[in-house]
Amino acid sequence: MLQAIGATSLEDLYSYLPKEVRFERPLAIEPGKSEFEIVDYFRARGGEAASGYASFLGAGVYAHYRPVLVDTVASRGEFLTSYTPYQAEMAQGTLTTIFEFQSMVCQLTGMEVANASMYDGSSAVPEAAMMAVRITGRDRILVSKTVHPEYREVLLTYGKHQGMPVEEFGYSAEAGSIDFADLESKIDKETAAVIIQSPNFFGIVEETKRAAELAHAHGALLIFVFTEAVSLGLLEPPRDADIVAGELQSFAHPPSYGGPYAGVIGTKEKFIRQIPGRLVGETKDVHGNRAFCLTLATREQHIRREKATSNICTNQALIALMSTVFMTVYGKEGLRELAAQNLSKSHYLAGKLPLRFTGKFFNEFVVKAPKPDELNAALLEKRIIGGLPLGRFYPELSDTMLLCCTEMTKRADMDALAGAF
Amino acid sequence: MVKKVRQHINQNEPLLFELSSPGKAGYQLPTLDVPSVDPAEALGAANTRAEIEDFPEVSEIECIRHYTRLSTWNYAIDLGMFPLGSCTMKYNPRVNELVARTEGLLWAHPYQPESLAQGAMEVMGELERCLAEITGMDAVTLQPAAGAHGELTGVLLIRALLESRGDARKKIICPDSAHGTNPATAAMAGYSVVNIKSNENGMMDPAALAAMVDGETAGLMVTNPNTVGVFEQEINKVAQIMHDKGALMYMDGANMNALVGLSRPGDFGIDVMHLNLHKTFSTPHGGGGPGAGAVAVKKILEPFLPTPRLKKVGAAWSWDYDRPQSIGRVRSFYGNFGVLVRALAYIMAHGGNGLPKATQDALLNANYIRKMLEPYYEIAYKAPSMHECVFSDDRQAAKGVHTGDIAKRLIDYGFHPYTVSFPMIVHGALMIEPTETENRHELDLFCDAMISIAKEIEDDPAMVLKAPHSTRVGRVDETGAARRPVVRWRRPK
Repeated sequence: MLQAIGATSLEDLYSYLPKEVRFERPLAIEPGKSEFEIVDYFRARGGEAASGYASFLGAGVYAHYRPVLVDTVASRGEFLTSYTPYQAEMAQGTLTTIFEFQSMVCQLTGMEVANASMYDGSSAVPEAAMMAVRITGRDRILVSKTVHPEYREVLLTYGKHQGMPVEEFGYSAEAGSIDFADLESKIDKETAAVIIQSPNFFGIVEETKRAAELAHAHGALLIFVFTEAVSLGLLEPPRDADIVAGELQSFAHPPSYGGPYAGVIGTKEKFIRQIPGRLVGETKDVHGNRAFCLTLATREQHIRREKATSNICTNQALIALMSTVFMTVYGKEGLRELAAQNLSKSHYLAGKLPLRFTGKFFNEFVVKAPKPDELNAALLEKRIIGGLPLGRFYPELSDTMLLCCTEMTKRADMDALAGAF
Repeated sequence: MVKKVRQHINQNEPLLFELSSPGKAGYQLPTLDVPSVDPAEALGAANTRAEIEDFPEVSEIECIRHYTRLSTWNYAIDLGMFPLGSCTMKYNPRVNELVARTEGLLWAHPYQPESLAQGAMEVMGELERCLAEITGMDAVTLQPAAGAHGELTGVLLIRALLESRGDARKKIICPDSAHGTNPATAAMAGYSVVNIKSNENGMMDPAALAAMVDGETAGLMVTNPNTVGVFEQEINKVAQIMHDKGALMYMDGANMNALVGLSRPGDFGIDVMHLNLHKTFSTPHGGGGPGAGAVAVKKILEPFLPTPRLKKVGAAWSWDYDRPQSIGRVRSFYGNFGVLVRALAYIMAHGGNGLPKATQDALLNANYIRKMLEPYYEIAYKAPSMHECVFSDDRQAAKGVHTGDIAKRLIDYGFHPYTVSFPMIVHGALMIEPTETENRHELDLFCDAMISIAKEIEDDPAMVLKAPHSTRVGRVDETGAARRPVVRWRRPK
């Protein structure tokens, strides 16, 4: 090959690089390793993480069973090693599954349209807020303190430099849900959107309809956030919201130390041109056959550049595919039964513990625990990872912890945990 | 030759919703070991839905057949070459998939005690170290989820540093050859965008740049090698111009596959850059993600990196949340960890000795294609190519056939098209990046296909204009899709 291009050595290929930009020494990285050594290294690292512990952690990341079909489908090279489906004629597999994904997310959330995915739930929130700013022509964002604390941090990072002031409103110290009086006192004619989460960070179901009515009465949009997608198997979907920004981690994605997960944005048909990210649409080929392709690309950065609705390019396609397979495996009845098991398990454990709030909850709840760190240390001795101490995010709740039960939580572990209180 | 349509064995797989029939199911849940709770009672009747309207109901075998059939309608690296310029579609090693599913790592909850997460943190620490070494930078954050997310992080870092000096400034300069994400990112970070024209070699002109930079300029977003695959020969001078005016150098690392082990951005004046781990470091594209957009910075920007920061004290890793100057979080938790595991596995497999060799092979492959195709297609710039080469469709356009048509015809030859009509500075661009993982046989097949198409355009341009002829669906009506968007299935009335 060198001969064919008229070179005598590989070095000839970049001999024109200026001397001062050449890197002349070897990289300080160990020499290449065999497959066995690589597998061995990661097994050792996995061994240094928690294995064989029962866990009651939720807080935006949920341990749900992953049906075998998920990895079976996602491991197919045709999905795993394909590119963004810009060339529709040779990507109908990916395009069709994304169309099905968008459709199922709509059915689940009560929205009319949904995009092909966002990075995760946390980054979907500021993207939804920016969308609301474009739609309303207003710039102020009101976010509930019961929205995941890390999501709010991401919203602040994005909002800071876009002239998008973000203000928080409080929660009822008794119920653990939105303080509507506080929201009402803060909402004004500059408010582009009110952001709530349900079930909220404390696991409590919010009054979405009431929040939507309040937002709409002031000309603002309601953005509905969810972190626990399984809840939508039982809960009334947020039909009254204008934008839904959610996290699909619960649908087939292991905790994997924080990612990759998949976010999603759904909205009303009338706002479709303001939605960020990729969209797949139905169309026909030259022979009149049904076909799918990426559509409304004029919203996106590769066409609109600095005037795009977002800078997002790569999203979480394979993760969304895994969620699609998960939704298919469980289906209409299965998702409901899955949600019902989560509900039953959490209420069994909650029945044994001192609850901090009175609001109705799904699979997470806050309990009183005067010394949460000591309690967790004692539980670790029993190979149980306890709840998340909330003082870290809510100083006023430093004597509480957030516990989560899923369909995988065993009764014996729940009894052991309750025994330590 | 190939003019048959819908020759595929799986002719008409319906949508999932059309397959669905009431009562079918493909799941099994364990018998509940606690008393069953009435949802309406626990959640409130008004909060409980009756059903998920129209949600699919299929059996297990219907589910697996459905997705397997759909998968066969895709092209993929496992089936052949994907010569997409600036996308670096290289082979995705399967050991990476295996190790990403290591039990203790897969089920590690981001909030589990640090003492029980040391293995996961060690993986991240080692990857940060390797990426800093490869880029010649001082610190790395693994939090951003993809390239554009890394860009946003990087530009926010620039803004934070300048703000700490008293003035965030107003504009960012982008070459006209930049990826669309660059200007879109600058706008999201609150900057106005100024474009600088490339010169006749496809490079930036330092004199033109010097005339543009002023006290309002926050930085330059440069891609090096740039999107025409050419190394910016005067990058040091460019950096000098920016730094003299107190502005910073951002590098889009999309083309880092041309540099690993041969040249380090940190050594040619770059202050902050992102890496696409799903390009250079072989993690699979998966039909459009997940990626990971690690950001590497010089010391001056380190205090501003997203919170939390990974920290090692003695032998123990911990997360440092006490970062008063940080730009804040750009996403929840610590990043796309599973993607990071795969990238580290790639680096380990190559090692310090193998990484530069991979780069050399990537350069060799691109230059081989350039040499083979130059007699048939117009090379956009005479400057030497690194990891990709860019042609224009000038000669073929004279026959009425454009880059998009050649791309569609290439599909009939069993290849994914190159990057079409980008960069925008090249009229009718064909941007070709083979990567190091293609062998000579595959490259020759590709070149043969391209040469054959060039001849077809001479003889029968009308046939090329109607391509593809051999795919399951013919040319797709994208205009119609955008005119009346149908983005979800609805039950027919």
